[in-house]
Amino acid sequence: MDLFEHQAKELFADYGIPVPRGIVAHTVEEVRAAAEQLTGRVVVKAQVKTGGRGKAGGVKVADDAADAVEKASAILGMDIKGHTVHKVLVEEASAIAEEYYFSFLLDRANRTFLAICSAAGGMDIEEVAHSAPEKVAKVPVSALDGIDRAKAREIALAGGLPEVALDGAAELIEKLWCAFVDEDATLVEVNPMILSADGQVKALDGKVTLDDNAVFRQPEHEAYADKAAEDPLEAKAKEKDLNYVKLDGDVGIIGNGAGLVMSTLDVVAYAGEGLPGKPSPANFLDIGGGASAEVMAAGLEIILSDPSVKSIFVNVFGGITSCDAVANGIISAFKLLESRGEAVTHPLVVRLDGNNALLGRQILADAALPRVELVDTMDDAAKRVAELAAVGA
Amino acid sequence: MAIWLTENSKIIVQGMTGGEGTKHTRRMLASGARVVGGVNARKAGTTHEGLPVFGTVKEAMEQTGADVSVAFVPPAFTKDAVKEAIDAEIPLCVVITEGVPVHDSTEFWAYAIAKGNKTRIIGPNCPGIASPGASNAGIIPADITTAGRIGLVSKSGTLTYQLMYELRDFGFSTAVGIGGDPVIGTTHIDALQAFQEDPGTDAIVMIGEIGGDAEERAAAYIEQHVTKPVVAYVAGFTAPEGKTMGHAGAIVSGSAGTAQAKKEALEKVGVRVGKTPSETARLMREIMQSR
Repeated sequence: MDLFEHQAKELFADYGIPVPRGIVAHTVEEVRAAAEQLTGRVVVKAQVKTGGRGKAGGVKVADDAADAVEKASAILGMDIKGHTVHKVLVEEASAIAEEYYFSFLLDRANRTFLAICSAAGGMDIEEVAHSAPEKVAKVPVSALDGIDRAKAREIALAGGLPEVALDGAAELIEKLWCAFVDEDATLVEVNPMILSADGQVKALDGKVTLDDNAVFRQPEHEAYADKAAEDPLEAKAKEKDLNYVKLDGDVGIIGNGAGLVMSTLDVVAYAGEGLPGKPSPANFLDIGGGASAEVMAAGLEIILSDPSVKSIFVNVFGGITSCDAVANGIISAFKLLESRGEAVTHPLVVRLDGNNALLGRQILADAALPRVELVDTMDDAAKRVAELAAVGA
Repeated sequence: MAIWLTENSKIIVQGMTGGEGTKHTRRMLASGARVVGGVNARKAGTTHEGLPVFGTVKEAMEQTGADVSVAFVPPAFTKDAVKEAIDAEIPLCVVITEGVPVHDSTEFWAYAIAKGNKTRIIGPNCPGIASPGASNAGIIPADITTAGRIGLVSKSGTLTYQLMYELRDFGFSTAVGIGGDPVIGTTHIDALQAFQEDPGTDAIVMIGEIGGDAEERAAAYIEQHVTKPVVAYVAGFTAPEGKTMGHAGAIVSGSAGTAQAKKEALEKVGVRVGKTPSETARLMREIMQSR
């Protein structure tokens, strides 16, 4: 889960990292009140979970409260790379002497953590690393050893920070490491990390990604969930503990196992390429390797409540759960939905393969469920379900 | 022949007394795997599913000669369970558990290295490893395929089963599910190396998915070191940027980790990449038939 800048900075502040004074505002009235409460010039910053805000005109300096209101009225409601700006951070402007870059992140390839530090801050670090790699220090950090003040200072030095900034940077880096570990983050980035005119090292921006797998020991992270931006179907699926991602197309997908479902999306998209309306997947939904009847019913329910769905593909490989059990699960799911008055009205293509595939298909054929078609292979089933969506278009 | 897991492997189950542990211990036993005991500090000295329960991995190894551990412990306890296996220097530890925080897997990986890398870790968030006809450590259904001479390495469980099933007439030396987490103990490259060296393996199926650059690195490794034929499949061509697709590691970040880049990297080094799982099976079938 990615945090908004203001959330990242609140988190930084909790760990004693210096950040500018700031107030979140959702309306121009709140912006005025915030600017009046703060001292001097302020910066109005769009709060969206994407980069390139500055270039898009989402970050503006204002001279006073009236100016802040004017700037904010242009920013609030703005679209930045598909993200609507619902709130801004109004912050006291800092007198910047120099700008640096710093981050801790997970290095998947080397299975360790990485500190990245550069005196060339304030811009796209990937760009700097590409054009002038010597300006970017990448230092592996072992999960066992961690970071102390001395190591933090070494990294700052390796990043080319000047002597005057080293102590302040080392302190900030050490605290940032604590936040990275204690909060189960996979990324904490400060860009820019600034040296202010009065010699202080501060986090002028903040980006934090938290590990969703750690929520069981980070219960307070739930509060960061951005309910407003969540897709309503995704939110509903989450309540039911379903692994669901909303997509743009019209073919509902249910499968067991993340890899198989990703593969199903691809195969359906290929099948839809030449057809009228180019049918494509409406969602990712993994009901888990076990493919139980209850989860199948919950999954069908979510997909049926998606108005863009025209046909549904149930793609199950019977491994741990054999296909006869899966077939019975589908039948139970249909009954369960019917009893709730949510009968399946869309054409549904089922592909069952694996353990006891023949028996499973026979059970489904005998049940003669309305609008259900059985197709033996994944590729053919994908073609059929795409055709059905195209016909429904 | 097989890699890492043979008919002589003696398996213990960490978390055997739990629901998943019990279910899959039964399944492993039914498939003919030599499961010799379990580990649960609170139930040491008892028996479960007819097998002795030990207090520690070390004790279980001493008493039974076990050389493989399969861990079904909940995410909150996985780090300690794996570190215990590392301390006991068990040669293979298969971590089935899904949902392990990445700080924990990064820590136990660092711990394994610090302790001399004596324990091969497979997973977490994986279906385990199966050498059909010989042994089975994890949750891969034993009866969907036969023993043979194809090696398989995959990030995905169900796609592993799909390919094992489609190619069941040829059969497999070993199938390794390495897991879909961002940090895993055994990589595609480790398995490719072992299959290349295994006299019982003639050809290799490699299954990847979006996220990270493991497939790109595997491609570079294949170019340099693998002479046996490799066919590959990559899932997630249509996955949107920035969304985690089921597996914690399956995410396209910006332009990094796309299926297209992985496919291109593999094809560049001569690996044939199937457009669908079935086409991938067909490609492997052609190779096996031409031998």
